[in-house]
Amino acid sequence: MTSYIFKRSLQSLLVLVIMSLIVFSGVNLVGDPVDMLVNPEADQMEIERVIKDLGLDKPITEQYWYFVTNAFQGDLGRSFIFGEPALKLIVQRMPATIELALFSLFIAIIFGIPLGMYAGLKPNTRVSRTIMASSILGFSMPTFWVGILLIMFFAVYLGWLPSTGRGELGSFMGVQSSLFTLDGLSHVFLPAFNLALFKMSSIIRLTRAGTREIILQDYITFARSKGISETRVVMVHVLRNILIPIVTVIGLEFGSLIAFSTVTETVFAWPGMGKLIIDSIYNLDRPVIVAYLLIIVTFFVFLNLFVDILYSILDPRVRVKETRE
Amino acid sequence: MKLIRFFAIGFSALFLSANAIADEVRVGLKSEPSSIDPHYHNLGPNNAFATQIFSSLVGSDENQQHYPDLAVSWKPINDTTWEFKLRKGVKWHDGSSFTADDVIFTVERAQNVPNSPSSFVTYLKGKNFEKVDSHTIHIKTEKPYPLMPNDMTTVKIISSKAGKGASTEDYNSGKATIGTGPYKFVEWVPGDRIVLEANPNYFGDKAQYDRVIFKPIKAGPARISALLAGDVDFIDNVPPLDVARLKKESDIELSSGSSNRVIYLHMDQFREASPHITAKDGGPIKNPLMDVRVRKAISHAINRDAIVARVMEGIAVPAGQLLPKGFHGVSNKMKPLKYDPELSKKLLAEAGYPNGFKMTIHGPNDRYINDAKVAEALAQMFNRIGIEASVETMTKAVYFKRASRGGPNKSPEFSFMVLGWGAGSGEASSPLKALLHTYDKSKGLGAANRGRHSDAKVDQLIQKALATVDSDARGRLLAEATEKAVGENFGVIPVHYQVNTWASKKGYKYIPRTDERTIVMGLKKN
Amino acid sequence: MTGNFKRISDFWTDFSANKIALISLLIFFAIVFVAVFAPIVSPTNPYDLSSVDIMDSRLPPGSTNYSGQIFLLGTDGAGRDMLSSIFYGLRVSLGVGALSGVIALTIGSFFGVSAAFFRGKYETIVMRIVDIQLSFPSILVALIIIAAFGKGIEKTMIALILVQWAYYARTARASALVEMNKEYIDAARCLAFGNTRIMFKHILPNCLAPLIVVGTLQTAHAISLEATLSFLGLGLPVTEPSLGLLIGNGFEYMYSGDFWISIFPGVALLITVGSINLVGDHLRDMFNPRLH
Repeated sequence: MTSYIFKRSLQSLLVLVIMSLIVFSGVNLVGDPVDMLVNPEADQMEIERVIKDLGLDKPITEQYWYFVTNAFQGDLGRSFIFGEPALKLIVQRMPATIELALFSLFIAIIFGIPLGMYAGLKPNTRVSRTIMASSILGFSMPTFWVGILLIMFFAVYLGWLPSTGRGELGSFMGVQSSLFTLDGLSHVFLPAFNLALFKMSSIIRLTRAGTREIILQDYITFARSKGISETRVVMVHVLRNILIPIVTVIGLEFGSLIAFSTVTETVFAWPGMGKLIIDSIYNLDRPVIVAYLLIIVTFFVFLNLFVDILYSILDPRVRVKETRE
Repeated sequence: MKLIRFFAIGFSALFLSANAIADEVRVGLKSEPSSIDPHYHNLGPNNAFATQIFSSLVGSDENQQHYPDLAVSWKPINDTTWEFKLRKGVKWHDGSSFTADDVIFTVERAQNVPNSPSSFVTYLKGKNFEKVDSHTIHIKTEKPYPLMPNDMTTVKIISSKAGKGASTEDYNSGKATIGTGPYKFVEWVPGDRIVLEANPNYFGDKAQYDRVIFKPIKAGPARISALLAGDVDFIDNVPPLDVARLKKESDIELSSGSSNRVIYLHMDQFREASPHITAKDGGPIKNPLMDVRVRKAISHAINRDAIVARVMEGIAVPAGQLLPKGFHGVSNKMKPLKYDPELSKKLLAEAGYPNGFKMTIHGPNDRYINDAKVAEALAQMFNRIGIEASVETMTKAVYFKRASRGGPNKSPEFSFMVLGWGAGSGEASSPLKALLHTYDKSKGLGAANRGRHSDAKVDQLIQKALATVDSDARGRLLAEATEKAVGENFGVIPVHYQVNTWASKKGYKYIPRTDERTIVMGLKKN
Repeated sequence: MTGNFKRISDFWTDFSANKIALISLLIFFAIVFVAVFAPIVSPTNPYDLSSVDIMDSRLPPGSTNYSGQIFLLGTDGAGRDMLSSIFYGLRVSLGVGALSGVIALTIGSFFGVSAAFFRGKYETIVMRIVDIQLSFPSILVALIIIAAFGKGIEKTMIALILVQWAYYARTARASALVEMNKEYIDAARCLAFGNTRIMFKHILPNCLAPLIVVGTLQTAHAISLEATLSFLGLGLPVTEPSLGLLIGNGFEYMYSGDFWISIFPGVALLITVGSINLVGDHLRDMFNPRLH
């Protein structure tokens, strides 16, 4: 087990290094931010001073080297636009994104699992087929388009919910989040629902596929022949066995939600990391782009590691297979 | 469902009543300032925002007319010295008193902000600031400098006490954000909100609101929906195509005003082989834009009224020169050129291009109002007179770099460019100096002259104007230069002047500004 | 080949049992037809600048202009016919999606089959790379490419290919492994057939079924991803508007009441991606041994 973790960690590190190289070198080849940042009324000397100040005139290898050495000290560079440390900018916005992703996941699970199970248990009913068709629809609809429609309908037409931004923050057990206030919840609902739709579809399909497979298994037939009530069969035996693949998928789904939040944050003006990266790409704010990508890749790498370990703990078959190898 | 609605209404009611008690106003801004430090970045949104917390020596009102701010009077006492008398009895937000020391400190600091992407050195270079007494300053320059008051509207004065050793981060966190303006800084949560509160000791017109909350909402539709949904009370940068709809809303008030910004076209006038122009069959061709008849033809091919009516939804003014009427240095002999495609075709044939040619129009797609659409409309119009025009637009970061330096030897890369220019100083010397004067890097002239237009007579007029302190005489010189450079030479082709629209909830009215800025002092409550 | 279909007719009978999938397939064919023949089928050429007129801008669906041209779905802000724009946009979206899919399929199955064939260290390395890549959400991979190398049609294609190849590789390898255990492979080896020949003439054709399933779902995903990127302004350039870009352009018109500029391309995208997904979904069910 430990050798497994060690090997995976090494691989993760390699991925990080390669990724940072790709992004860093690539970003330097596309336009330079100077013309965008400098006031058009400035003269040539001013432009040159800015280039020098931001270190844009040094050779790329040197810039990369400074970057790496600083990164180990926790300094991921300073935003060209904001002048603040890139890491600080990202960390400031992280809670908002995590809130959004968590709430989305919650919505997706609450709706997704029951609907998926129903569709799996009674696959040929009208309701079930409707669920499946709608889930594919949900899967196929472009998130940004749905977001626009949601705003138009719920915020502008009906006026029930606010259309943009994040709500008031509340505290609970030392953690600050807008999920703890009603105002906050009203602001997060639409974007979270938008984000959740896409994931809900995959959770429904997965749950359904899993349910259908499990129902055909011997141990279910056995349980039924023992006279156990159908409800118990479903809630105890089927559910528990579905959870294994679903729980691991949920881990990855959470990561995916964080990545896809870039789109939702843009449509709903939600002040998270996703919006920051899109803006930074437009503005060629290189330090922020590189810092964000590094942080998020690190996050994913650890997320995957965690999920792998979790999976091997939960599924005894994997453990057995590993010891045999 | 009913229950949710009940709660939603209930809570909004609570919120609304809370609003009324504290006299708070919420503003939806298109562009969030990149920093609260007034000297960090000489950028529109940053400068506009700083005006609410800080003051400058000279103020610039909604028509870019000067008024006394921290300086009560100013005049040139000799050819190379200006004297500014400072206002007495002004208190900083932390209670200390404003003196000339603060000005000296400011000037020194503003030129030395670490990592500044674009600093205020432009406005302070070559000027020597001297303290005469606690409320008098002398500014000395080598040559006569008529635009001193204009430059003194730009730099915000900071406190020598609170600003001592302060970094940009200290301004962003509020630690050093002590100003003399009508509002005090409370907090900034980047991407989410900026909060200000009234300054009870302000020396000018009292602040109308106890509390102001700014919410950055970049996307036009999102900003509009926030206003319609009641999440904010006032928004800026209303996209022209939403104006008609908002006009129909009975509880929304619109204010619009023309700006100091002209949308114009720069054309490659210095290369015989222009990179994005070819003959109709794709073969090489002598750069047609070097012939004034071709440039004139192009200008006549533009249906400015159609652009204003259809692309800008009526929210723009057709342009005949570099600044609209009312600004200093504007010529009263120049009108927007008549739409005459037949004349255009004739001129093209005369110049030797009866079958036209192929050309790519380049433009930004996120800098000016409807910039990409304007470029597309122009392409359509040029196609009608035989110029096979195509359009390529890109984000401003990439566009401006390539437009200025993307070609070989850091020359301009494009042949035909859609651009805009806002005259920060409020007079025609600004666009003339930057766009039409011969490119001279060492003197800082022609810095944005991407077409490399060059005319000795025009240069002479501009330089003379820049050194003429007498306002009227300067105005006449500037008008003459415009008539030659634009009217005769077609050095640039003006298209339209931008008009900005702001929208607010009923009961609030915004005084539109020609400098396109959104400041809460301009929002009046009925 | 899983599913045990001996003849195409058997396959077809089973497939068409699900009415929804059948209709989706027909819709999909219609869309492909329109996309391929867009210049012939469209009422106008929306990108011919000499025929588009700004004075026709933002006309509602069903309007006609002075020369009698009828705009079934209205016009956009520059005066272009929406129906034609959607047809041309479908062409770009499908083209980009299909092309990136085919290239990704080729690359992916090459690596997948060869990994299964040669086994050992080669297989471990290839599959590790596949696993690592699959652990990242597609949008993140695309963002990395675009952030590093900029926007443009080539970079978007590269991003889409990169996002997809790993799925194909993994599927191809799984299938190939099953085939490797079969007798005909041993027979081929005894006959001293070359490795390349065995891999691509014998193994690969038998892996096609799952690859097709993955193919449909991945293509739908690629089209959707490209639309998202274009909407964010990070995808294809304006000169080659895909459906995503059309929706993005139409975004700003929603509030002024010109809903047709954004809604119709959105519906077109939905139908395209949805029909492909429905077909692929049904195919997957058909080929899943655990359900039979």
